[in-house]
Amino acid sequence: MLRVSDVPRTLYEKIWDAHVVERRSDGTCLIYIDRHLVHEVTSPQAFEGLRVAGRKVRRPDLTLAVADHNLPTTARVDAAGRRLPIADPASAEQLAALEANVAEFAVPYIEATADRQGIVHVVGPEQGFTLPGTTVVCGDSHTAAHGALGALAFGIGTSEVEHVLATQTLLLKPSKTLEVRVDGRLGFGVGPKDLILAIIGRLGTAGGTGYVIEYRGSTFAEMSVEGRLTVANMSIEAGARSGLFAPDEKTIAYLKGRPMAPQGEAWDAAVERWKALATDEGARFDRSLVLDASEIAPTVTWGTSPEDVAPIDGVIPDPESFADPAKRAAAQKSLDYMGLFAGQRLEDVAVEHIFIGSCTNSRIEDLRQAADVVRGRKISNGIKQALVVPGSGLVKRQAEAEGLDRIFTEAGFEWREPGCSMCLAMNPDKVPPKERCASTSNRNFVGRQGPGSRTHLVSPAMAAAAAVTGRLADVRELVR
Amino acid sequence: MIPFKMVEGRAYPLGLQNIDTDVIIGARHLKTIQRAGLGRHAFETLRAEPGNVFDSVEFAGAPILIAGDNFGCGSSREHAAWALADMGVRAVIAPTFSDIFSGNAFKNGILTVELPQAAIDRLLEVARELPLTVDLETMTVTSPLQDRFGFELDPFRRECLLGGLDEIALTLAGEAAIGAYELRTGI
Repeated sequence: MLRVSDVPRTLYEKIWDAHVVERRSDGTCLIYIDRHLVHEVTSPQAFEGLRVAGRKVRRPDLTLAVADHNLPTTARVDAAGRRLPIADPASAEQLAALEANVAEFAVPYIEATADRQGIVHVVGPEQGFTLPGTTVVCGDSHTAAHGALGALAFGIGTSEVEHVLATQTLLLKPSKTLEVRVDGRLGFGVGPKDLILAIIGRLGTAGGTGYVIEYRGSTFAEMSVEGRLTVANMSIEAGARSGLFAPDEKTIAYLKGRPMAPQGEAWDAAVERWKALATDEGARFDRSLVLDASEIAPTVTWGTSPEDVAPIDGVIPDPESFADPAKRAAAQKSLDYMGLFAGQRLEDVAVEHIFIGSCTNSRIEDLRQAADVVRGRKISNGIKQALVVPGSGLVKRQAEAEGLDRIFTEAGFEWREPGCSMCLAMNPDKVPPKERCASTSNRNFVGRQGPGSRTHLVSPAMAAAAAVTGRLADVRELVR
Repeated sequence: MIPFKMVEGRAYPLGLQNIDTDVIIGARHLKTIQRAGLGRHAFETLRAEPGNVFDSVEFAGAPILIAGDNFGCGSSREHAAWALADMGVRAVIAPTFSDIFSGNAFKNGILTVELPQAAIDRLLEVARELPLTVDLETMTVTSPLQDRFGFELDPFRRECLLGGLDEIALTLAGEAAIGAYELRTGI
């Protein structure tokens, strides 16, 4: 007789199977949630729901709260170390609500002024809260990032946040599986961000809807954990709620000694379990996309959807070249909004703002890559504002220890406190109407970085190249 | 949850594809700690365009919205569903929806109806002049011109919507299984 363990399974299927609390006859499963990250924007209504129904948080010990979306990135304490007030009353109220809620429901909380504070998706891996083989949720679509460590991680809405707080479970249907296989070496000046933008370009923003992606192949095996975090993070821009990497020696080395990771014998046992998670030989995926790493160039977006990508040495496509009439109309609308025209060389597009940050690209390796391009140079005269917003207080401190802050500030960048910042412009960091930003964030949607703002998604090295040239520029020409 | 059985009325003929949740409700409006009151900020960037369907007197208060492919992509913000509910929208019809948005809509008693593009094109045309009916019991979208399009929905979601069931209460009714899982796995 064939035992369940004999049937080859994918990484996704193994994690799913291990978390089924109950399976309903219609296929819906009650799935146990191991880790729940909570932030200030998508949680107040969930805590209010618990209060109204007289419910408790089932497992505060599996929950971790930190504020990130709303916090200003200017100084948070004065010279005497006293906490400074937040000027925007609505932002201040939302932070106060989070602090009152975590106190009332006894949820572990990282203070806004703590070194460990940062963007939830930077904090989770950094603290070892995110572990391979776990299920991780957060009221934020970029929760997909945690899949870099081999966790089944996905964004949820506030009703689901409330459901997890109350029950530590979610009612879910299994997803289909999509293998994204990339082999070979990425070219000089080409990084994980360029690769994921190119993948989104191939899949389209809805191509991964209903699927969980597993990133496989030699390119991803060679990639650092921080690079994998960038890739997994943007899975949702292709419509996939989750993106997974099988845990390997790099994952284990990354997690060892993290404050919330297992220690001693528990660590050894965990490592053994993690090694068994990789997709079995012979397991089947519902769909596959195969790419050759050597064909990827530094990639930028030209439109208002993350699928609107082109190589930096290319031109803006002609909307008339799209076969689908709806796509044609959308592309023309995008170009009108972006103030660009078909056939324009991307390298001729001038930018006024630079944003290096966000849960996609604000880790130490991202800052090092940007600093390598900036070192010894100044930002161009045409740049009105250039921000570097580290992903956490710990990233900031590490960067300062390496002198990266000075490289940035001497070039004319502003060196800020950690948070989501100009990625979604909920705090005071905004791109003004009709102005253009080269941004390491994840979404170029209409109005995303402020009403009327124009966003070009790029890698940290490409954002640095844009800063020193004042236009979208090929980083390969600068560091040759 | 408010039960959903049938909705009849005008439908905003929006039609655009890839309407992301930033377009449905901009991030600057997410600082609220309540669910209500977001409707007036919904579709702000689209409303800035003259002649848009949302500011047309004819469609004021319409309970149905017809959109293009991949409606609700992007951010997981449930504020998008709350904004639609606050506008009075009870059903959205599109060829496809993002996974997170359709879940959020469902949890707020908003029905997401998936129909092929050809049906969407026909409904966009009819909706300019006439009301539509979305019926969850018969699983159909119909028009006064005898149009009739059947749709499918996950049986569990249909049951919850028809009954207006509280999912958390349902899960907590089976709480023993959760405790047993925790005991078994040692978490």
